[in-house]
Amino acid sequence: MGSITLKNVKKSFGGVTVIPDISLDIEDGQFVVFVGPSGCGKSTLLRLIAGLEDVSDGMIAIDGEDMTKTAPAQRKLSMVFQSYALYPHMSVRGNIAFPLKMEKAPKEKIDAAVNNAASILNLTDYLDRKPRQLSGGQRQRVAIGRAIVRQPKAFLFDEPLSNLDAALRVAMRLEISELHNKLKTTMVYVTHDQVEAMTMADKIVVLNAGRIEQYGSPLELYQRPANKFVAGFIGSPKMNFVEGAEAQKHGAHSIGVRPEHLTVSRGPGTWSGVVKVSEHLGSDTFLHVDVEGAGTMTTRTSGDVAFKHGETVGLTPVEGRVYRFDAQGMAV
Amino acid sequence: MATAQTQTAARFMMAPAVLLLLAWMIIPLSMTLYFSFQRYNLLMPGMEYFTGFDNYRYFFANPNFWAALTNTLVLVGGVLAITLIGGTLLALLLDQPMFGQGIVRLLVIAPFFVMPTVSALVWKNMLMHPVNGFFAWLARVFGFQPIDWFAQFPMFSIIMIVAWQWLPFATLILLTALQSLDEEQREAAGMDGAGPLSLFFYIILPHIARALTVVMLIQTIFLLSIFAEILVTTNGGPGVATTNLTFLIYMQSLLQFDVGLASAGGIVAVILANIVAIFLLRIVGKNLEA
Amino acid sequence: MARAISTRRKIGFTILAWGIGLVIFFPILWTFLTSFKPEGQAIAIPPRFFDFDWTLANYETVQSRSNYFRHFSNSVISAVGSTLLGLLIAIPAAWAMAFSPTKRTKDVLMWMLSTKMLPAVGVLVPIYLIFRDLRLLDTHLGIIVVLTMINLPIIIWMLFTYFKEIPVDILEAARMDGASLRQEVVHVLTPMAVPGIASTLLLNIILAWNEAFWTLNLTTTNAAPLTAFIASYSSPEGLFWAKLSAASMMAIAPILIMGWFSQKQLVRGLTFGAVK
Repeated sequence: MGSITLKNVKKSFGGVTVIPDISLDIEDGQFVVFVGPSGCGKSTLLRLIAGLEDVSDGMIAIDGEDMTKTAPAQRKLSMVFQSYALYPHMSVRGNIAFPLKMEKAPKEKIDAAVNNAASILNLTDYLDRKPRQLSGGQRQRVAIGRAIVRQPKAFLFDEPLSNLDAALRVAMRLEISELHNKLKTTMVYVTHDQVEAMTMADKIVVLNAGRIEQYGSPLELYQRPANKFVAGFIGSPKMNFVEGAEAQKHGAHSIGVRPEHLTVSRGPGTWSGVVKVSEHLGSDTFLHVDVEGAGTMTTRTSGDVAFKHGETVGLTPVEGRVYRFDAQGMAV
Repeated sequence: MATAQTQTAARFMMAPAVLLLLAWMIIPLSMTLYFSFQRYNLLMPGMEYFTGFDNYRYFFANPNFWAALTNTLVLVGGVLAITLIGGTLLALLLDQPMFGQGIVRLLVIAPFFVMPTVSALVWKNMLMHPVNGFFAWLARVFGFQPIDWFAQFPMFSIIMIVAWQWLPFATLILLTALQSLDEEQREAAGMDGAGPLSLFFYIILPHIARALTVVMLIQTIFLLSIFAEILVTTNGGPGVATTNLTFLIYMQSLLQFDVGLASAGGIVAVILANIVAIFLLRIVGKNLEA
Repeated sequence: MARAISTRRKIGFTILAWGIGLVIFFPILWTFLTSFKPEGQAIAIPPRFFDFDWTLANYETVQSRSNYFRHFSNSVISAVGSTLLGLLIAIPAAWAMAFSPTKRTKDVLMWMLSTKMLPAVGVLVPIYLIFRDLRLLDTHLGIIVVLTMINLPIIIWMLFTYFKEIPVDILEAARMDGASLRQEVVHVLTPMAVPGIASTLLLNIILAWNEAFWTLNLTTTNAAPLTAFIASYSSPEGLFWAKLSAASMMAIAPILIMGWFSQKQLVRGLTFGAVK
């Protein structure tokens, strides 16, 4: 069991308010990702849940029990840090066993739990090494192993993959997702990378300036962004925004079209423009097109489409895929 | 990591250190300040009375004070000049590739670990003795009159001894600073056509400038209160030729038992040291933020 | 990376550096050699370098005739005692400042450092009088207290710079793993801080061992450490150089060896972390 409830949580450091007022329900067993640009308060929020920081005001409950004033050690949560935070003076075995030692578990239980965690995470051959003798990916796995042996109510991940190279990041992403499928424990995961958020989450919390912009499943966020910020933050390449006359045609202050929802034609389209750069990724081609009166628009087309620099092309949005926003940036 | 719990714990853990240091600083210092306004001699107990600034007036009027002040400045300045210049050159040399670098380093830093009374006695007797000393023998070998160091050049002799003790300190710290110089920066300067001299003045010297300042300030703090070396070699003499402020105050307090006068001198010494300390603290403080 | 250098240049530097190194080291070497000479050969002109009658007699005399061992143990008691006492007070303080800093932490650190810069002579009189009244003159306790107080700022600073290098993440990880404050300090912080604590200990013993203002002024016989014992050799009559050398060697050898092992920490400790 591991539901987490935040009620009117506020946090300020000195005079600076980082989180003005957040309420949030995380259901048991869900994989929830906090995502947002750096400085949006997502790590602070995680640390408040962990108990590493005091809330300035509000309430945090785990499994319905008020934990606001409880020390981190008593909250029965596990955390995986960005820096892994392994104990350098202990072997891999010592690291993984540490939480159980702290609760004075019997030795046989510790051994069994460590061996089990090691086999799940492919660390069996490394149990007697020190953290510094391991690669980045292995260290990450040790940190996860240390988190799972306690059978916590929930896992907290603080940007755990940002120190890994791109290929390893993809692999570890899959491993963490698999782990969640296997353990079915609540996971709260902080990242600034919207791809990680989209691929891993059951539900995403998009944060901006300490406020929740939207809370929903990845597809909800993609298909029905609540506002311009979420629309721009979720999806890659970014959504194209157009303001002014073109937007007014749709009865909105501004409109947005995702690159994948723009069809490119050699003839005239809804808009026409000049190709500035075309990026070939093999599977896709990104065209950056200068459109008069609308600025640069990015399109995503199939890989075999060949447009050259300087060519004039037409751009037409897919029917029903134009997002409309009012003057406050809220979806209409 | 700032929860109310940890901060309360932190305050309790700091309390002993802070309170002890506070007591250590405030109690004796305020006593010194109080005594400095008293006519107070240990040989005449019960005769203490308030004299205002008389002690300070006597202290400044005493020609020995000015001699001691000059001696202090000469001693500090002389040692600083030798150790900073020598230390830089030595650090540059030790930074070069050579055989047995580690051992040379050990040889060079060794004097720093010798207790002041030992180095003073060894130098005074075995090296600088006018008849049987090693230097006297060297002088004769090269056909010179041996020098009676402590009679002819008392201050210079003390400067030599103290510089010998502190040269390793300067060298070690400057060498550490030198070794943190980015090799690529040196190579880039080389590519830009810098010769050894311009390399030194434009790249190396600015890089070790801060270390040089730190060495200078720390040494100044310690050198202002040189005591043991004077006590065991010249006892401040001949006359007051090697009496520095510390030694003068020592004589007034523990030899002449004039607590009031010595205290006034102590306050003067504190003020002098504070002037240096302010600069040092500023540099260290800047580093704390980085 | 490697600078291209010719072997000839390297040999040149080697000769120059060794030459200078030996000149600087010479007084110590000379003391070492002299300590093994009979008194007559110790003052011989021309000096005898190696061709003398090696003897251990000086060491024996120094030990039997002058309470060498008492002064040696006084030095050990005051240096080790003050260092341990200092660590006891400093470890919690440095811990607090490194891991739970407040806005005032920096000011507190700077203030502590500033007490170190107070010239000893400025407080000599009151300390002497207080010690006289408390009967602490010429006692171990008195010397330990003074040495602890004058070195406490350095101990706190060194520990602070070492603790600062321990990532806060790791302590937080321990907290998340269910460790209490005590368990956190015992199982995580202390093992990680051992190298730092050890070098702080070493540097402090060196500083306390060689301290020669307070030890000379506050002790006479009972608690007099080696600094004061050696100073008693300065009496003008007689040239007992061999014995002086033997006594000196015994006084400096332990510290010299410790110092050689702690070169790197020394730089950091003595510059308050300003040069690393």
